[in-house]
Amino acid sequence: MTHSSCVRSVLALAGIALLIPLTGCERPSADTLQTGFRGTAMVQLETASNTAEKLAANQLPPPTAALPPSGTKASAMYQNVQILGDLDSNEFTQLMLAMTSWVAPKEGCAYCHDAANLADDSKYTKVVARRMIQMTQSINADWSAHVKETGVTCFTCHRGQPVPANIWYSNDGYTPRVAYAGYRAGQNVAADSVALASLPEDPFSPMLRDSGQIRVSSNHPLPAIGKPTPDIKQTENTYGLMMHVSDALGVNCNYCHNSRLFSNWQESTPQRVQAWHGIQMARTLNNEYLEPLKSTLPAERLGPVMADAPKANCTTCHQGAAKPLLGVSMAKDYPSLRSHGTTTAAAPAVDTTPAPPATPAP
Amino acid sequence: MPDYQNIFTSVQVRGPTYPGVPMGAGNWPREGKPFFFYWMGKIGDAQIGPFYLGGLGIMSLLFGFIAIEIIGLNMWASVGWDPLQFIRQLPWLALEPPPAKYGLSFPPMNEGGWWLMAGFFLTASILLWWARMYRRAKALGMGTHTAWAFAAAIWLYLVLGFIRPVLMGSWSEAVPFGIFPHLDWTAAFSIRYGNLFYNPFHMLSIAFLYGSTLLFAMHGATILAVSRLGGEREIEQVVDRGTASERAALFWRWTMGFNATMESIHRWAWWFAVLCPLTGGIGIILTGTAVDNWFLWGVKHGIAPGYPVIDPAVVDPAVAP
Repeated sequence: MTHSSCVRSVLALAGIALLIPLTGCERPSADTLQTGFRGTAMVQLETASNTAEKLAANQLPPPTAALPPSGTKASAMYQNVQILGDLDSNEFTQLMLAMTSWVAPKEGCAYCHDAANLADDSKYTKVVARRMIQMTQSINADWSAHVKETGVTCFTCHRGQPVPANIWYSNDGYTPRVAYAGYRAGQNVAADSVALASLPEDPFSPMLRDSGQIRVSSNHPLPAIGKPTPDIKQTENTYGLMMHVSDALGVNCNYCHNSRLFSNWQESTPQRVQAWHGIQMARTLNNEYLEPLKSTLPAERLGPVMADAPKANCTTCHQGAAKPLLGVSMAKDYPSLRSHGTTTAAAPAVDTTPAPPATPAP
Repeated sequence: MPDYQNIFTSVQVRGPTYPGVPMGAGNWPREGKPFFFYWMGKIGDAQIGPFYLGGLGIMSLLFGFIAIEIIGLNMWASVGWDPLQFIRQLPWLALEPPPAKYGLSFPPMNEGGWWLMAGFFLTASILLWWARMYRRAKALGMGTHTAWAFAAAIWLYLVLGFIRPVLMGSWSEAVPFGIFPHLDWTAAFSIRYGNLFYNPFHMLSIAFLYGSTLLFAMHGATILAVSRLGGEREIEQVVDRGTASERAALFWRWTMGFNATMESIHRWAWWFAVLCPLTGGIGIILTGTAVDNWFLWGVKHGIAPGYPVIDPAVVDPAVAP
């Protein structure tokens, strides 16, 4: 091989090597849907492959057969029916069967019930399930600003698993892994929770458990003298939470925001209002329903750092879709999950003392 | 004459190695025995060395080494001294500035103290290197244009890591040392202060940045295009315009009606490059100190146009009735 042909083959190989990173790109077949004024780049992208992925990930479970009403109340037929006692006993049975297929299809009734005495409350899973029914009822009855008429069922989060795949635990008790060095302010690791950004990996504790300030940019052009203002680290918490929302819903920032000024409501889409209610909802659910289960759950269900109860964020329901289960309403077939049941309880087995209410703004 | 149509330098001159002009008192000797390296000759001068280290150079390298060690070891400690995670997550790792509660005081070492130390050593290293550049230029009887261009970059670095944090009253306002983290910091900075793209000094900085690349391409292309006529001897042609210079000038007068000269094109390039960080630094220093929301500032001053409302029903739910 002559010198120059050798150089040429090296150059050709180098050229091919430069093309290799392109194999990581998606084929340019995205459909774009314009959602804002022209020139503001407010478009949503959808590719054939991610549409197929979403369809595959959002298959519905087989429906449970509706039974004709028996005419007898569940409370008259069964013992220890604390929150669904007013249901017709057949509707109650149908709901129990549906819950089994939604939450514990492999484990069956015995996942929650003592098979010898179905009324027995000795399994923690039964106590938790009762509280989760109340939570589902509350979501559908009190949070229509977020779930609209579609509503949720156990399956929205559980998807056939006893513990939903997308839960989170607090990490804000983070201490450096080495006592004298390695300070990273709770950020700067490749964290799935913030879509692999180097942003704070637990934006949930300050924002979805506590009522941390999400709004960071000011409403006036000039600095307000003498008033404490959000700093960059606080902004990174907000940014991390927003990365999570975007990842959970499978959408870009501009599904809700006009990126020229993220904070501006006037130029935002209606989805942003719905998302705002979703954040308020997540705070309330985490504080009133999920964290109080800490005393009921066994140690292996608690968080590794703070020993806290598993909690919900946007991914818990959305799982990559802007509308969970692609907007199909399963709740419409289960009216008992759509309103608060009547509580005919002996003292509830769970500590239901509400946590301090989340302040509405921001 | 296909010589100059190659992407690499095709001509390499080989004579005895040249040690450089004799240096006066107050200089150290140059280090190393010079030699030729063919492949370096493809992209520059084939002669490597001798190298001038000097007291400033040694101190700069030492301080720079300390800074990189502090940053790197803190990154490694942040993954619990796990060597695999250090390599795997390196682009995500960083040494963070202190939290806001410490203001401008010296924080505990593992809550920003290491960051302050790394910043001190890195800044010292950079300033020593600047002094070295200045001194070496003087020793050769050159102008100090390179040192002042470097100073423009140092200005932006100091604004981001020192001057603006001091004005804001907190080290937490400064940039972390890390690859992705400093990029996330930049995006967060823009979000916090209402979109930096509406900052006129940021606009100028971008114009000078892209302008620099454009000028660089125009100048490089022009000289390569006339180097078959001796056009690479630019400086001689400042005073003695040959046919290469005439043709290059004519080409630009034909295409855009105006041409720079063999000398002035280098002033254009120098000022465009230097003004990029100078204007950028002004933009950063005004952010949070003089302006809190650049978009709203732009609306106030007629820079940002209004767009039609997407949906009049969208109002801030926190204040909605």
